[in-house]
Amino acid sequence: MTTIANPTAPTTPLFKEQLLELSMGPQHPSTHGVFRMNVVLDGEHVVKLKPVFGYLHRNHEKIAENETYLGSMPYTDRLDYVCPITNNWAYAIAVEKLAGLVVPERAEYLRVITGELTRLQNHACLLGFLMQDMGASGTPLMYAFREREKILDLFESLTGARIMCNYMRFGGCRTDATAEWLGQTKTVVDNFSGFLDEFEALLVGNEILMDRTQNIGILSKELAISAGISGPMARASGVDYDIRKVDHYSIYDRFNFRVPLGANGDVYDRYMMRILEMRESVKILEQAIREIPGGPIVDPKAKIRGFRPKPGEAYGRIEAPKGELGFYLISDGSPNPYRYRVRPPSLVNLTILEDLCIGQNVADVVVILGSIDIVLGEVDR
Amino acid sequence: MTLEEIKSEIEASVSGCQLEIVNNPSPSAQHSLRIDAAHAVAVATYLRDAANLRLDFCSNVTGIDWPAKEVSEKIKVKKIVDGVEKDVDELRKTSIPGSLEVVYHLFSVEKKQGPVILRMSTGDRDADVHLPSLTPVWRSAELQEREIFDLYGVVFDGHPDLRRLLMWDGFVDYPMRRDYVDPDDFEYEPTAHDEVLARAQQHLREVAGQSANKVEAR
Repeated sequence: MTTIANPTAPTTPLFKEQLLELSMGPQHPSTHGVFRMNVVLDGEHVVKLKPVFGYLHRNHEKIAENETYLGSMPYTDRLDYVCPITNNWAYAIAVEKLAGLVVPERAEYLRVITGELTRLQNHACLLGFLMQDMGASGTPLMYAFREREKILDLFESLTGARIMCNYMRFGGCRTDATAEWLGQTKTVVDNFSGFLDEFEALLVGNEILMDRTQNIGILSKELAISAGISGPMARASGVDYDIRKVDHYSIYDRFNFRVPLGANGDVYDRYMMRILEMRESVKILEQAIREIPGGPIVDPKAKIRGFRPKPGEAYGRIEAPKGELGFYLISDGSPNPYRYRVRPPSLVNLTILEDLCIGQNVADVVVILGSIDIVLGEVDR
Repeated sequence: MTLEEIKSEIEASVSGCQLEIVNNPSPSAQHSLRIDAAHAVAVATYLRDAANLRLDFCSNVTGIDWPAKEVSEKIKVKKIVDGVEKDVDELRKTSIPGSLEVVYHLFSVEKKQGPVILRMSTGDRDADVHLPSLTPVWRSAELQEREIFDLYGVVFDGHPDLRRLLMWDGFVDYPMRRDYVDPDDFEYEPTAHDEVLARAQQHLREVAGQSANKVEAR
């Protein structure tokens, strides 16, 4: 085992006689869904923590194997239901690799714009929830949701749905954006930096926030890599790995943006990572909206009816807001995938939950879980 | 670095391992490497630690079920029919035994390269379902191998905490296997319709011996 002991864990138990077993969840407001943790407490300190999964399990993979390729596209929305468009995107990329489809220029831009908007609203939403978990009831969450709602309005006018967008198609996108929509998006994006400034001014230097988050739930770089931690959580621990930069998928190498990295890997770094990533997303969006060309939005070779990729397999992955979201597909030449696998970032990021929580106070478990950023629709599938 | 080079490097370093390149005919061209269970941990450790590979990031671990199947092919056989030699089509059936396969997608954070895809197969999927766990090499396999144990029934030897992940502890079958049959509990269906209604009616007839009208009344 490559388990690395948590540096803050106390070496000797404080109260040997009495260990308290506590079942947090599944109906606990801080678990963001139906998730349970069996926690063993020594006074206030966590000695052992076992996550219990499966309350939202509906065997998404099996259902998708009995469905056509396109038929699963709306169902991917329900995986990570906070950011459906990136789920669509990862699935579309896997199928495009399997079938060898080429995405037109304009569709790639639309994918980047909607994908980065999804990242903005996911991170904004997460920060609000994290504040809520720490006891900053209401106000930060409402500030975050005010911004999120503006982005959801954009999604609604582009795709017809606020959340269950079902926007991507194999080899392109489903609907084209009008010039008016792009104008509205530009306004939202231009005003977003103001929101970030406001949010940072309110909270980043806040003494209570720093007290609750700094040196809490430290994740080392070695453990982060070994445990397959991806996304902002890995980068907060200093792992320089952003799939947008590594895989050069879509058209991300055309945009000028940086990958922020954390130094300590504590909750505060994970929190700051989201704010810094949103600033980079705003940069990408400004460039994409400025440069978007005209043209078709779907590969004319992509068949909607009778879509049967040749036998083979493909693994496609993207940098989703929560981390590496991958789809692994095996085709046997029939209209349904023989194997359909979702690599959920939320589930894999939960591998090290116990390592982060041991030795911390029970109140910090809530904050650590909040900073991992999980959505149970994706964890349990 | 191509897969052939990686293969010959592993063969040079891990003695006795049997490797085979599995060709992928799709446009993705992601070919994979089949490793034998006996040397899996040694091969995985080598891939993680070799200075020019450093595949330290095991991203995706997944299972695949290949049920036993019969392949029938027509073969031309020369036979003497009525004293004359003729080509006669003969149907020859070969049965391929079923197995469970586990696939690992590896990337390198340090070298920014990948994917290198490893596959391992069990023996007969009903009798011999043991494979070595690669969790001691890559911690990220921990929950994903538990999921494969849960949904496919592959037993990973050397896994630190092999329990069901998504299904509950008392559950007996493996839902992701191709021959899994849904439990016959359609009488609890609140709004039965179409084929669900037909199954619910059949269930009531078989199990409870009640008349089918009661279901329709719902």
